[in-house]
Amino acid sequence: MPDPTLFAAVKDPAHRPDPYPLYARLRESPVALQDDGTYVVTTHAALRALVFDPRLSSEDLPDATHPPTGNPFKDWIVNPIKDRIRSRHRPLIFRDPPDHDVLRRHVMREFTAVRVNAMHARVDALVADLLDRKREARQIDLVDDFSYPLPVTVICEMLGVPPEDEARFHGWATQLATALEPDAREDKENRDKNIATFDEIAAYMQDLIKEKRRHPVDDILSGLATGHDPQAGRMGDYDLIATAILLLIAGHETTVNLITNGMLTLLRFPEHLERLRADPEMAPRLIEELLRYEPPVHFRTRKALASIRMDDTTIPEGAPVVLLFASGNRDPARFREPDRFDPDREDIQHFGFGGSLHFCVGAPLARLEAEAALVALARRLKNPRLIDNPPPYRPGASLRGPQHLRLAIEGIA
Amino acid sequence: MAEALRAVVVGASLAGLRGAEALRREGHRGPITLVGDEPHRPYDRPPLSKRVLSGEARPEAIDLPGQAGLDLTWRLGAAAVGLDLPARAVALATGERLPFDRLLIATGTRARPWPNPAEAALSGVFTLRNRDDAAALRAALAAKPARVLIIGAGFIGCEAAAACRSIGLSVTLVDPTPTPLASVLGTRIGRVVAEMLRREGVDYRPETRVEALEGDAAGRVRAARLAGGGRLDAPVVVVALGALRNTEWLAGSGVAADAGGVACDGLCRVLDRAGRPVDGVAAAGDVARFPHPLFPDGPVAFEHWGHAVEQAQHAARTLVGPPEDHGAYAAMPAFWSSQFDLNIKSVGLTNGADAVAVTQGSLAERRFVAVYGRAGRTVAAVSFDSARWLPAYAARIAAGDAFPPILGATDQGRVAPMDPGFPQRPARG
Ligand SMILES: Cc1cc2nc3c(=O)[nH]c(=O)nc-3n(C[C@H](O)[C@H](O)[C@H](O)COP(=O)(O)OP(=O)(O)OC[C@H]3O[C@@H](n4cnc5c(N)ncnc54)[C@H](O)[C@@H]3O)c2cc1C
Ligand code: HEM
Repeated sequence: MPDPTLFAAVKDPAHRPDPYPLYARLRESPVALQDDGTYVVTTHAALRALVFDPRLSSEDLPDATHPPTGNPFKDWIVNPIKDRIRSRHRPLIFRDPPDHDVLRRHVMREFTAVRVNAMHARVDALVADLLDRKREARQIDLVDDFSYPLPVTVICEMLGVPPEDEARFHGWATQLATALEPDAREDKENRDKNIATFDEIAAYMQDLIKEKRRHPVDDILSGLATGHDPQAGRMGDYDLIATAILLLIAGHETTVNLITNGMLTLLRFPEHLERLRADPEMAPRLIEELLRYEPPVHFRTRKALASIRMDDTTIPEGAPVVLLFASGNRDPARFREPDRFDPDREDIQHFGFGGSLHFCVGAPLARLEAEAALVALARRLKNPRLIDNPPPYRPGASLRGPQHLRLAIEGIA
Repeated sequence: MAEALRAVVVGASLAGLRGAEALRREGHRGPITLVGDEPHRPYDRPPLSKRVLSGEARPEAIDLPGQAGLDLTWRLGAAAVGLDLPARAVALATGERLPFDRLLIATGTRARPWPNPAEAALSGVFTLRNRDDAAALRAALAAKPARVLIIGAGFIGCEAAAACRSIGLSVTLVDPTPTPLASVLGTRIGRVVAEMLRREGVDYRPETRVEALEGDAAGRVRAARLAGGGRLDAPVVVVALGALRNTEWLAGSGVAADAGGVACDGLCRVLDRAGRPVDGVAAAGDVARFPHPLFPDGPVAFEHWGHAVEQAQHAARTLVGPPEDHGAYAAMPAFWSSQFDLNIKSVGLTNGADAVAVTQGSLAERRFVAVYGRAGRTVAAVSFDSARWLPAYAARIAAGDAFPPILGATDQGRVAPMDPGFPQRPARG
């Protein structure tokens, strides 16, 4: 049995730059029980077996946000109703079948390959524009100057957020992305901020959706607001708002991290940076290997609805379960030399986008953005060097990535 | 020494091709001759009752991938007519004899014909097993007949009905059992399929037996006479009555082969009449009958695509390596079927099941997982539009879990074991 405090160490910011040795020790047990009662799923095989176990729930009911006041009218009638309304805004990533599947069908109807591919030229232009602004720079912060602004602009355009409102979305997206970070949700102050932000964005969305219903155009929100599914009918307003917010935030820090981790990794393995510069065709394989080697999402949490028997452990009913995707990605039982960054790997069956019925909806878009970004960075940054290695990391252990990535350069071509 | 060994594979279809491929992978360097009585290179059968009938795929466009680079010698359009074990040679209808050191028997099954040969020979009467059958039936359907009568509501009958509806034809589907797929899924789950067929506009008639087919003077089928007196106009008739194993060519050879298949041991080695493995001779796919560790009632044969692939690979390993090295073939049986928009998938074997329970989803929404129990153990799981969950159930079946397994799923309703309603006759499998 591995040390039952290892996962606590994973969450400790001190280990953010390199959690992988901890994962290796956790993998001594495919399902490692921690002393707080959490079961951490660590090996590729155990993850494969559990991602499609129907007893693992993603339902994550927000706690009641209104503590008792002593006023019976408020405690029993008004606040419970408010809480229930908020809980109805749960997006599909926090919902189970059958509701999940209905919502996902709506999303897939609009988030089509055609729509994603149509963004190609636009993403290239945004990338070029962000780099043009720093032409003469001798130093950039890749996060603030580049990785961060790109995904929000892209998703806002796809959703159909008017350009003049986009700036507000940057702020909202940053705050709300913490709702996807399991630890940040436990922090009371942060949760209050999220609730306030949520109320703001929900009110904004409500109006935007009305507008889209009146004047539908070719964008995702119009499609979701006016569309009709032969089986599921129309999407309710609560679900619509929750979905729109999810699409905004799910692709935010994740894509930022993919681009930033990508550049960080390429600078640590400069021969691959050289190769990418010379041969942009290798980008897709390089990005798959990145999603294995430095995934933007390290783990997701679930709850066991019933006791689940595994080979050497039984997960009891009600236990919290952590799917440690990033550990499965480094499992030597599955990958030869797992700690080597090797874009030429024959088979890269990673869990970078998850692997369950919640498999990332935005994967094609994320790949497209990362490809455009990394190819342009490889070609245009002149003599880039890392200033801090390792760089400072943001607090999240799940959505893990550098807070800043300062690069010394000799201008941008 | 391995260089000079000659391999012969009889049956040039899925199991035969995958077996030849695996022989190469396992290190067989000598010549490999593939013998097939059909004139075609190996092709895929599942599309025949689906996309080929509906016209979405041409019958010539379903070749199996992976035929290049294996350095195979082909004998197509040449049926094997005998096996001479003492001389270790296969006799072909052309008179040729093929000596072998290693032999893989993969002759599969053929469609069970309409029992009256004169009626079966009427033009407009079709079976559906191979590419030529499908091409001929497709041509008949493309001529927009006023009605298609399908006899037999098993998987192929139901899929053919769906394909006909998808191109706007009127379809009547008849079967003597109370529901479609009754022998495989039981009537409880079969009722769900019946409802779907009707909703999709199929004139489905359960508990209906066709007594005879009637032709006109030109030898074209005109109508079907039903037991109990009814009559149905039917310019096109599809006979979908299941399959017969192709073992006749082995008669008198000394290997244990009959209508139930070619008898093998767990390593896929073919057995002789005394039950001893015959050196260097293996069988795989639809034609093979073998003991499976999960099914204690005696040898089984599966008519499933995935099984043909996996068992052929196992058989090739047995032929090349020391057979004891890799243990008995124990792959979990699994098949799928697609009809209309519905995807049905199954793991395990429902044979002899005495209970069925819905553990996820609901029958009413036609999206569910149903598990089958036998004497308190879980033996099979069937999903309707929920295939993603089946691996979890396969693991429970392999572990011999109590029935019903996997309680507490996120989308579980009330779990109430029911009588599966298998008709009183041997189940297919
Ligand atoms: C219409 C149709 C739809 C299907 N759909 C599905 C599905 O959806 N899912 C699923 O799991 N399975 C499906 N199946 C079953 C699947 O196709 C079979 O399990 C698979 O083809 C078995 O492969 P095989 O090689 O063992 O046998 P076969 O494919 O039957 O091949 C045997 C070959 O041997 C040849 N042969 C026979 N006798 C001789 C001889 N004496 N000499 C030389 N050659 C000979 C035959 O002509 C044939 O070409 C379907 C089958 C059919 C017919
Ligand atoms: C590199 C970028 C990205 C990574 C690494 C990533 C990763 C993931 C992962 C691991 C999950 C599974 C969550 C779970 O199992 O609980 C997921 C789900 C999801 N992602 Fe992404 N994502 C990325 C970008 C995006 C983008 C750009 C979008 C949309 C614009 C998006 C939308 C979603 C949605 C909607 C879900 C939930 C799907 C469901 O519940 O069915 N993601 N993502």
